[in-house]
Amino acid sequence: MAAPSAPPSVVGPLPAFDLETPRRRRRPSGWHLFLLPLALVMLTPLVWMVITAVSTTQESRQFPPKLPTSIQWSNFSNVWTGSPFGHWLLNTAIVSVIVVISNLVLCSTAGYAFARLRFRGSGLAFILLLATLMVPFQVVLIPTLLIVKSFGLIDRLGALIVPNLVTAFGVFLMRQFFLALPPDLEEAGRIDGASRLGVFRKILLPLMGPPLATLAILTFLSIWNDFLWPLVAIQSPQNMTMQLGLSTFQGAHLTDWPLLMAATLMSQLPVIVLFLAGQRMFVRSIASSGIK
Amino acid sequence: MTSTQAPPSAAPEPTRSRPSLLRRVWWSDALAGWGFISPTVVLIGLFGLVPLVWAFVLSFEKNDLISPGKWVGLSNYRKLLHDPQFSNSVRNTIEYTLVFVPVCVIGSLLIAAAMNRRIRGMTFYRVAVFIPVVTSTVATATMFNWLLDPDFGLVNAALHKVGIANQGFFRDPHEALMSIVGMTVWGWLGFGVIIYLAALQSVPPDLLEAAAIDGCTRWRAFWRVEVPLLAPTTLFLVIWLTINSLQLFDEIFVTTKGGPVGSTTVVVYYLYQQAFQFFNGGYASAVAFALFVAILVITVIQLTIGRRISHGER
Repeated sequence: MAAPSAPPSVVGPLPAFDLETPRRRRRPSGWHLFLLPLALVMLTPLVWMVITAVSTTQESRQFPPKLPTSIQWSNFSNVWTGSPFGHWLLNTAIVSVIVVISNLVLCSTAGYAFARLRFRGSGLAFILLLATLMVPFQVVLIPTLLIVKSFGLIDRLGALIVPNLVTAFGVFLMRQFFLALPPDLEEAGRIDGASRLGVFRKILLPLMGPPLATLAILTFLSIWNDFLWPLVAIQSPQNMTMQLGLSTFQGAHLTDWPLLMAATLMSQLPVIVLFLAGQRMFVRSIASSGIK
Repeated sequence: MTSTQAPPSAAPEPTRSRPSLLRRVWWSDALAGWGFISPTVVLIGLFGLVPLVWAFVLSFEKNDLISPGKWVGLSNYRKLLHDPQFSNSVRNTIEYTLVFVPVCVIGSLLIAAAMNRRIRGMTFYRVAVFIPVVTSTVATATMFNWLLDPDFGLVNAALHKVGIANQGFFRDPHEALMSIVGMTVWGWLGFGVIIYLAALQSVPPDLLEAAAIDGCTRWRAFWRVEVPLLAPTTLFLVIWLTINSLQLFDEIFVTTKGGPVGSTTVVVYYLYQQAFQFFNGGYASAVAFALFVAILVITVIQLTIGRRISHGER
């Protein structure tokens, strides 16, 4: 059987962001007059963060502010030596990787079962899953904390991992993908004698690239940027994630803006680099799922 | 199986029926299905359903989250109705939502319309508008703490240039909530733009051409053709942004901590304070359920109104 070359799109048609407009002008478009100031306003907080991150404390305390005269690299090293920044980075990376991988496995298998297999209890299980999808996290925050506490996971990375191993949203996303996929391929595989797991691994897995990428990106973003849950589940500085660490760092260095901005910049760097590298993929994931 | 019709005499094979039974079980959807979903069902049950029921029970208890709780019936909910701090947090949340959602929706619609074309520098514009979307709430709030610093902040410097006196922003009870709106709009605009751009791509170009042939200006065509076609997207955005703004917390925690004088204490921040500063777990759960019901009711109202509007236009 020839491998299908073009995997079908994830959820609905993928937005192509540079669709040509009917008329193309030679002169510079007048839209720049709107878009350029807008872009500058949007970039100002980030640019100002970068500029402040390389200033001295003295330079940050002038009014009106001036550009730094030299680049103060020591701000970055001071963040590393003055806080468990390396721990925060490593913790967030460990949690993100485990949670992303487990979501990819569990959401795709469950999504497949809900979309394709008819078996007793699947309808009820799916309805319960949908019900939890509607519940805001704040509602279950306190009992979740008590459950995690009873597992002895409080103030451990496990507290950040275990409740996030699978998300109802991810299952739903994958189920939608399988519903949109024609079943012919799997039926052919079944007739050739493959088991369900075999069909899933050998035939479907190669097709699941786009939805799995979407799921990976969204899971990664939500874990990397999560704040409320780490805030209540983690106390020790060494066990904190990046965002929680950053907020405590801010509490400890209230007015040392260059140091704070250096920390903020470093905390966002991994996400910004990934975003710039895979901008289209990021945008497509957000557009296809409607989740930030 | 059709082979049952074959004469039973020819070589009795009892061994055959066994594997076929196993095989049937192995091939059945039930085994595969439960094999595939059981980890998910256990995890979602444990961290989705159990906490939901538990939270509901908690809301009828007096519970400091350490010692066993005591059943107090409806008293937490009764207390909610007469708690001036809670109604203050509700008021702040509503005020925030009523400004944040329209500004975000209209702003992102206009920006998406402007960006829905092929011009030089679009990659730059796209990056500028989308980067805030992936910037974390904590980082956003930290940056705005600095930008809006009353003494050395960039925004006050810019205002100074045009002759406006220094503002307090997060430290001024009259400006704090709107400063939060400004900051979160910065963070969410790109999200709306992404959603609108995706929808604008699916507007059939023939419709716009037909409008142009009928003598419709591009501006009129935008409002009369594209905006109505985008109604489902707008409805989705309004609902999604409303749900998220009713759950505002991170940015408040990092910037104002609910202050000054309670001017930015929103519902989830109040919930957090009750649960983790005053250890009123039961009361906090009642706040959480009130929020949950409010979100459900508001979403249903928005859906109903939204459907009615889009039906009326057809």
